[in-house]
Amino acid sequence: MAIIEVANLRKRYGEKVAVEDVSFSVDEGEIFGVLGPNGAGKTTTVECVSGVREPDRGRLRVLGLDPSTDRTRLRRVLGIQLQEARLPDRIRVVEALRMYASFHQHPADVGELLSMLDITDRAGAQYRTLSGGQQQRLSIALALVGRPRVAVLDELTTGLDPRARRETWKLVERVRDSGVTIVLVSHFMDEAERLCDRVAVVDRGRVAALDTPERLVARASHERGGGRATLEDAFVSLTGGGDLL
Amino acid sequence: MSTTERAGAPGRPPLPAVLRSVLAVEVRLFLREPLTLVLGVAMPSVVLFGMAAIPALREPSPDFGGMRFIDFWAPTALVLGLCLVGVSHLPAVIGTYRENGVLRRLSTTPVHPGVLLVAQLIIVLATMALSSLVLVVASWLVLDIGLPQRPLLFAVALVTGSASLVASGMLVAAVVPSARAANGVATLLYLVVMLVGGLFLPRFLLPEVLVRMGEFTPPGVQLLMDAWWGRVDSTNPHAVQLAVMAGITVLAAAAAARLFRWE
Ligand SMILES: Nc1ncnc2c1ncn2[C@@H]1O[C@H](COP(=O)(O)OP(=O)(O)OP(=O)(O)O)[C@@H](O)[C@H]1O
Ligand SMILES: [Mg+2]
Repeated sequence: MAIIEVANLRKRYGEKVAVEDVSFSVDEGEIFGVLGPNGAGKTTTVECVSGVREPDRGRLRVLGLDPSTDRTRLRRVLGIQLQEARLPDRIRVVEALRMYASFHQHPADVGELLSMLDITDRAGAQYRTLSGGQQQRLSIALALVGRPRVAVLDELTTGLDPRARRETWKLVERVRDSGVTIVLVSHFMDEAERLCDRVAVVDRGRVAALDTPERLVARASHERGGGRATLEDAFVSLTGGGDLL
Repeated sequence: MSTTERAGAPGRPPLPAVLRSVLAVEVRLFLREPLTLVLGVAMPSVVLFGMAAIPALREPSPDFGGMRFIDFWAPTALVLGLCLVGVSHLPAVIGTYRENGVLRRLSTTPVHPGVLLVAQLIIVLATMALSSLVLVVASWLVLDIGLPQRPLLFAVALVTGSASLVASGMLVAAVVPSARAANGVATLLYLVVMLVGGLFLPRFLLPEVLVRMGEFTPPGVQLLMDAWWGRVDSTNPHAVQLAVMAGITVLAAAAAARLFRWE
């Protein structure tokens, strides 16, 4: 059952068309990946879905809500981790979490979130002293503190070391197992292959492919005429770089 | 569930509780970087005491109608503190928050990011009040500068004057894209206010046009002086000056609200 529906989304910034025509739907309980090269329009797409940006055209529904008109209600049921948003330098981890928790009627337990994200020992640390990975995990925690039904995570493992990435993957799976539907923007094919039930490959503002990672790989293997392809091969050929294969 | 079913939207926490929680964090952040607090509250008195260390400035002079220079200059010191907090500090904080995406992140929650601005306003106004209190009391205790002779008028002038400064600061804060830009524009505004306020040249040496401007540019330094020294007579347009400050406050605040960019 679709929990997110996007039909013919279009968004321009001035003259620049960021999203030309994007449609997809996400089922409840899915981890849905949004892949694509830099500047493809991934962030713009998920920001429109989250009600952070106003689309120019297209029909959007999240849990039956229209992100443009039901913004306030949407924000109570959708958590988003923005690609580029910092916190004040001197805020402590636990202060930020408690403050964001106070924005919700039934927030998650701050202590539990800290331990789930493995930053309990940094609870008293100021934001500026956190490593990139710890800042990232705090950012995820803030997106989850309102117990959302849908979580949008934009490049959540960019800048993490391999170990932290794997930890974060486990975390995402745990969040999904708790019943949260997840939209995951990523540049990492291994991440998409491991986590995503289905992915949309976005290229120059359009959906170039929409399928399970396995089927995308199978199709790429077939096109290549033998030999097992990887999701990365599929990605490269789908995003207009076939000559790189 | 079907896709047409509306999300079960739980209620939202009461606004006062949210404001308390944001204010508590912002106050702590403000105290963790106490430069503004120290400068804004202590500097006016320190500068005035520095002036008073020069014997000639402690002598009554006919140039000031029989007052001492430090008596004459005390209101300028007062404006210095107000300006540091309302015109320099406020836009810098908001500019940084905008640049770093703090406002944007807040706008993804059920809480309107305006709550953060309200918290900042409370902090800034409280600091300005503290700064004024410290200056007036310290001048009185240490330099024997008289307490405001028209306390009520002084208080009203101080409140409207501070409000007009903060509203102007908020107007700058509304549009600057970054902390750097905020500092640039705020410094310009600061220089104008302080020039008129008599920081660079005592106001009795200023050309007539700047003296007149002092009646009508935030925070209305002329009125503060008159109320402090009790030079109030029916020919002075005090009500007009107050009305002008109130008008500037309303206009600047409305423009700030209209132009405010969250990212
Ligand atoms: N606020 C903005 N103003 C103007 N143009 C923008 C803005 N945000 C994005 N763009 C442009 O829109 C296009 C799509 O950007 P978007 O951020 O959605 O891409 P993306 O797929 O998330 O890229 P990345 O992988 O680098 O994060 C890009 O060409 C970008 O330059
Ligand atoms: Mg992006």
